[in-house]
Amino acid sequence: MASVDATFTRRKILRDELVGLFGVVERNLYLTKRYFLWDLAFLLWTIANTLTIVFIARGVDLSPAQQNVLATKLLVGGVIWAFLGIIFEIVTETVAWERWEGTIEYTFMAPVSRPVHLIGMGIYAVIYGLVRAAAIFVAVVAFIGIHLPHANYGAAIALLAIASVSFIGVGMMTAVLPLISPEKGTQLGFVAQGLMLVVSGVYYPISVLPDWMQWISKISPATYALRGNRDQILHGAGLAWADVWPLLVIGTLSIPVGLVVFRAGERYAKKHGKLKRSG
Amino acid sequence: MSISAVSVRDLSKVFSRRKGLFQRRRRAALSDVSFEMERGECVAILGQNGSGKSTLVRLLSTLLLPDGGSAHIFGHDVFKEARKVRRLVNRVSVEASFFKKMSAAENLAYAARFYGMGPRETHAKIPVILERVGFPSSRRNESMENLSRGMQQKVALARALLTSPVLLLLDEPTTGLDPRSKQEVQTFIREIREAHDSTILLCTHDMKEAEDLADRIGLLDRGELLFLEPVEDVKQRYGVDTLEEAFFAATGRTYEDERTEEDEEREVFA
Repeated sequence: MASVDATFTRRKILRDELVGLFGVVERNLYLTKRYFLWDLAFLLWTIANTLTIVFIARGVDLSPAQQNVLATKLLVGGVIWAFLGIIFEIVTETVAWERWEGTIEYTFMAPVSRPVHLIGMGIYAVIYGLVRAAAIFVAVVAFIGIHLPHANYGAAIALLAIASVSFIGVGMMTAVLPLISPEKGTQLGFVAQGLMLVVSGVYYPISVLPDWMQWISKISPATYALRGNRDQILHGAGLAWADVWPLLVIGTLSIPVGLVVFRAGERYAKKHGKLKRSG
Repeated sequence: MSISAVSVRDLSKVFSRRKGLFQRRRRAALSDVSFEMERGECVAILGQNGSGKSTLVRLLSTLLLPDGGSAHIFGHDVFKEARKVRRLVNRVSVEASFFKKMSAAENLAYAARFYGMGPRETHAKIPVILERVGFPSSRRNESMENLSRGMQQKVALARALLTSPVLLLLDEPTTGLDPRSKQEVQTFIREIREAHDSTILLCTHDMKEAEDLADRIGLLDRGELLFLEPVEDVKQRYGVDTLEEAFFAATGRTYEDERTEEDEEREVFA
């Protein structure tokens, strides 16, 4: 029995968790490599979708300078929509993809902790989402010819990375939905994405929203990411504390809440026999 | 005092499904199942579809929570010390579930990372373990979707063995395999028993497989464990020559008897 118990020392557990985290990121890299052309097609669709929104600025009766500002604001909205969509999609795949492939039972009976598993998915989602967001941004700017002489890209990426902590936390809450409903759970993740962005001023200022929606916008991390990114891209602003501290607070709360919600969903699935391939 | 490899006491699991708007139908998948397994022992559990075999395996794999009773693996409570138990257990099930687009080596590496095995370790071990299960190591970089069912099941065996489990749960590992692949898998299970310190719980429909591989044989019927004894004791107890006859004597039915609606539901629920 000594050999059995020796596998549970704290140091070994920590090391094993880090290896597990690496494994999640590595697996996602393998899958991205295998589905590269599909992902490329999806990227093209997202670029086309963003263009349909940004072109609105070209059709509005404004001066060229004002059109440039409006196009930039719409572009930031479109890029953050796409970024958030990818984060939710990848984190939600923690369950959905594993169930589809039939590997869910093997993964959920492995000794890696659920927070490490979910955070590994979140880390990959942020890396992949940032690369993809940059590609969309560059493609749309080049296609429409937006002028961004003052843009502070470093600050914009840093703010998006800070906001990602909150996005991952919310993604963890939606990731549990496919455990409860294998058929419809994934789609409900899109509902969360849409609801978050509609109150956050994705293509319009928050001031146009009804009062009650403006109140809700204060607890949405996307509000601060959108506001900060627009200032950074248009005016070259740095990391504004007014945007950073709400994101830190929401991030600090959303990760533990996300884990609690996921754990509750996992427990429900184990109780009702839903943690299996066919649901 | 030595600790049992597996100790199950009055383990029960009930599944319920919605029937209509306000009704729920409940079916017992396992009813007060109790048994012990010693370290290094191979126990086979026989039973029809829906008899509770997979439910038992999934409970011991920490994938289900019970409605009653307890289970311990090497002294660790399966439901309260799940993470410790997970390190000791691995399984092979009827479906060799993998990421189909990923290669055998990538799938094995992914599984191994969750057990703390880094790239250097898996790089060295994966070709060796694949060769051991009879999978040509030269094909380890082919995607899983290009491999036959038998080959996939060998990779599934390699996945389980890669993590050196002290308890191996085999849930119909040869179901659906052609005779040659079936024989290869069975030969390998024998090898594991001889070469390793693994304890094996084998759930199967195949009575010959159970008789050939196991030290003791149990029969799960409609969630109840009717017996768990060495095969000769089973035959003696029922005064029969074969396990098929023992099944009939113990349950009052033949293996091929028409299944009731309850049996069908139990299979779907479990």
